[in-house]
Amino acid sequence: MPDVLDMTDVTFRWPGRSGFGMTVDRFTLAPREKLLLIGPSGSGKSTLLSLIAGIVAPQSGRIAILGTDIARLSAAQRDRFRAEHLGVIFQMFNLLPYGTVVDNVLLSLSFAKERRKRAGGQTGERGEATRLLSRLGLEEKLISGRSAASLSVGQQQRVAAARALIGRPDLVIADEPTSALDRNRQIAFLDLLFGELDAAGAALMMVSHDETLASSFDRVADLTGIARILGSDGVPASEEPAS
Amino acid sequence: MIVLRLALQSLVNRWITALLTVASIAFSVMLLLGVEKVRTGARDSFANTISGTDIIVGARSGSIQLLLYSVFRIGNATNNITWASYEEIARQPEVAWAIPLSLGDSHRGFRVLGTTPDYFKHYRYRRTNTLEFTSGKAFTDLFDAVLGADVAAKLGDKMVVAHGLGDVSFVEHDDKPFRVAGILKKTGTPIDRTVHVSLEAIEAIHVDWQSGARQPGQEISIEDVRSLDLKPKAITAALLGLKSRLSTFRLQRAISEYPREPLSAIIPGVALQELWDLVSVAETALTAVSIMVVVTALIGMVVMILTTLNERRREMAILRSVGARPSTVLGLLTAEAGFLTLAGVALGTALLYLSLAMLRPVVDRLYGLNLNIEGLHWHEWQMLGAVVVAGLLAGLLPALRAYRLSVADGMTIRT
Repeated sequence: MPDVLDMTDVTFRWPGRSGFGMTVDRFTLAPREKLLLIGPSGSGKSTLLSLIAGIVAPQSGRIAILGTDIARLSAAQRDRFRAEHLGVIFQMFNLLPYGTVVDNVLLSLSFAKERRKRAGGQTGERGEATRLLSRLGLEEKLISGRSAASLSVGQQQRVAAARALIGRPDLVIADEPTSALDRNRQIAFLDLLFGELDAAGAALMMVSHDETLASSFDRVADLTGIARILGSDGVPASEEPAS
Repeated sequence: MIVLRLALQSLVNRWITALLTVASIAFSVMLLLGVEKVRTGARDSFANTISGTDIIVGARSGSIQLLLYSVFRIGNATNNITWASYEEIARQPEVAWAIPLSLGDSHRGFRVLGTTPDYFKHYRYRRTNTLEFTSGKAFTDLFDAVLGADVAAKLGDKMVVAHGLGDVSFVEHDDKPFRVAGILKKTGTPIDRTVHVSLEAIEAIHVDWQSGARQPGQEISIEDVRSLDLKPKAITAALLGLKSRLSTFRLQRAISEYPREPLSAIIPGVALQELWDLVSVAETALTAVSIMVVVTALIGMVVMILTTLNERRREMAILRSVGARPSTVLGLLTAEAGFLTLAGVALGTALLYLSLAMLRPVVDRLYGLNLNIEGLHWHEWQMLGAVVVAGLLAGLLPALRAYRLSVADGMTIRT
């Protein structure tokens, strides 16, 4: 079985952004591996995640996900590939506040035919979303609630996790998903997330600046050791505007 | 489906601004369509008022003026035609029928027309319709009058003719009351607001009047009037029907060159066309203004969408993360603009028809404009289609910006 992720000799510069970019010589992730990537602000984590998600394409190099080099795909094919194979959890503001909780989860399946089939198709997807949400510890009355806006931050992150996990993606990438939670909730959230990752058979690549979470992961890596930042003037450039 | 539902919920979430945007588009469309409806309504109404008449003869004046006062009862004649001239013209071999018209008097704001019973026989409106009586018949007695439908609806059956025009008249021919001989069916033309009497009657009410005022001590009784010679000395205009249309231009020229007095002869259709040329400037200005109002409403919509764009960058990033193409983001925002415009157009059209239905009787009464409530014409559909297309194009502006933002933001969520 090929690696979930295999990046080789990747060079990327943002278009029109004073030449900010990064290079990655080699970076791999095994199936079902849970990797914590430690990186301070400005180390290029958003850029790396954008590359892996296929939102942007590198100028050179190879980014293979399950053996498919997404650097060779067209923009449309990359979007499709992301929809089918990846789950994404943001730091915060993961939900569309006016949508229902279940619709926010099902949004993942809108652009992914195969993934929708895996989630049970038209008839089963709602049940699957509900099942995932309750497995992630969201209360019944919140799951059936109308608006996602009324949820607490912790609850919102669980909905985001359910959205990333529905339809069994191969890789979940998460950008500091626990940074808005307190310590106890961080552990609880990761426990639930890991449980569902195993059930889905997905690998996890989580970026954080918080090293205390390291014990839960299979592997911990330092972002600065993987990716080198390219500034326009040669000095280590600052990260794109702080998120 | 979920994406569309969420887009709709996003709109519902901003319902106040969305509603105001739809309302402003609706009102602008209502104005645009309203101007068009009134324009075509007025044209139809005018064009339907006279048909079957080949030539209108009057004293020398502009053709539009002659058309307006003789047919539409708008404005006044500058001069009269002598009865002798009228008779000579009516005797021309080309002339099939001639109807003399004598105007200048009014009754309670309604114009009084002196004519002959032939008027009811030869007058045509709305292409081929003849005048019909709902009750009674044409005038036979000196003091008989035939009322238009609106006159009959407003007045009783006894009436007094006042000199001059206007709703309130100080000098009234109140010593010579008229009897209603007949009432005409509603025509949707100025005839509905006209009182018809014989030419002799017009003479009769003026026998003891000189220089527009009654001479004191010279009142003449009704019986005496009947014994007088009431042959008219002058009329205001005449309608001519010809045996062959081919002779129209020849006769028109002959009348215009009539040696004994300066006369004008006009062809109704041609004069009407001149009138349209004259008012088309105003029509164009009105249409231009209403188009600008539509443009303003669409700009308002663009502003509304643009201001929500920043807070919706999150929405865009989330959609991108689940696999939405940048073009989907573009499509969603354009669709939003299209939806708002379409809703505005539909609401505006509905409002227009509603107000047309409510205002129709008022406009008919006040301006004699018979606005037909009919479906949208092809070119009105085209106008509405153009508004929707303009809305979609305007929506491209914020959509392209969102497209650029969503590409630039990548996987970053910005709020």
